[in-house]
Amino acid sequence: MAQLKLKYIFPALLLIGGLLLAAPPASPLDTSAPDGLPPPTAGNDSYDKVMSVLTHPRCINCHPSDHLPKQGLEGRPHHFGVARGAAGHGFEATNCNTCHQNENNDYSGVPGAPHWGLAPASMGWQGLSRAEVAEALLDRSRNGNRGYEALIHHLTEDPLVLWAWSPGVDAAGQPREKPPVAKEAYIKAVKDWFAAGAPIPR
Amino acid sequence: MKIAFTINGRAQSVEIEDGNTPLLWVIRDQLNLKGTKFGCGKAACGACTILVDGEAVRCCSYAAKLAEGKQITTIEGLGTRAQPHPVQQAWIEEVVPQCGYCQPGFIMATAALLEKNPAPTDEDIDNNIVNVCRCGTYYRMRKAIHRAAALQAQQVAVNPKNQ
Repeated sequence: MAQLKLKYIFPALLLIGGLLLAAPPASPLDTSAPDGLPPPTAGNDSYDKVMSVLTHPRCINCHPSDHLPKQGLEGRPHHFGVARGAAGHGFEATNCNTCHQNENNDYSGVPGAPHWGLAPASMGWQGLSRAEVAEALLDRSRNGNRGYEALIHHLTEDPLVLWAWSPGVDAAGQPREKPPVAKEAYIKAVKDWFAAGAPIPR
Repeated sequence: MKIAFTINGRAQSVEIEDGNTPLLWVIRDQLNLKGTKFGCGKAACGACTILVDGEAVRCCSYAAKLAEGKQITTIEGLGTRAQPHPVQQAWIEEVVPQCGYCQPGFIMATAALLEKNPAPTDEDIDNNIVNVCRCGTYYRMRKAIHRAAALQAQQVAVNPKNQ
């Protein structure tokens, strides 16, 4: 009886193994569903464009989930142990404006824009999926009680947000990378996404 | 372009070709106030720290045009030989400097800290005084900052107007 079972089990195992080996490997370049969502459809194009900007380091570096601002495309912790502090602008005598002013400084490579500082702690996006970022963005209990109109204004007119497309140069004098969608296309995508009811693909 | 501001209590105006010229160069080269130092030029070391409207600012990365109408204090305006600022007095008493190059920046950053937080803890000092000293005088500076806080508290007790 045992010999009979082995007779069927071995070919079955070989068949399963063969099928596994024959399955195509996941492409390292497959970015269609980074957070487990289904591939975006044509109707989700605006959402996809908006989220590709909001999850870019130019935006996410100042939306930390650990109260530590980040720097660079790799999102390393900010120099000198800078942290959120009591008011979201650093510590008493070493705050954002100790180094960051209302505009970029292309001599030193220090970036700047009006009201430079961290997003509120409730808007910590680092480590979230696109869908979770979208949920946080739309949640009035987390977004500063902003409705659609106020959100559109913030996302398309706030000079600190739009700084992402004028990020200046870094300390080595090299231009900082901009978000992957052009500013005009992003602004249109924001408006289109909200006009469609701000759907979050599942 | 012409820029007008107050520096160490005196009204001043300067003519500069490029409004983006670092304020550090205006202070050092045009106003001949050499106490504020150039260290890195990247707002990373803090040797150039001054006070702008009472806030610590790294002026190697501060465009001169932004100084229009501002109240600026450099190390030369913090105290006098006869009446040093409590931070300067504490620095003397603790014999803080070694080579001394970075010390004006540290003293200005500390003055800004004590203005906001008259009794800083070690953690407050770690968070706020993040300049760089190649001689490694941090240990003496920490003692001097606590001493400066005590000296300032004594002055306030004697003359509450100093608060």
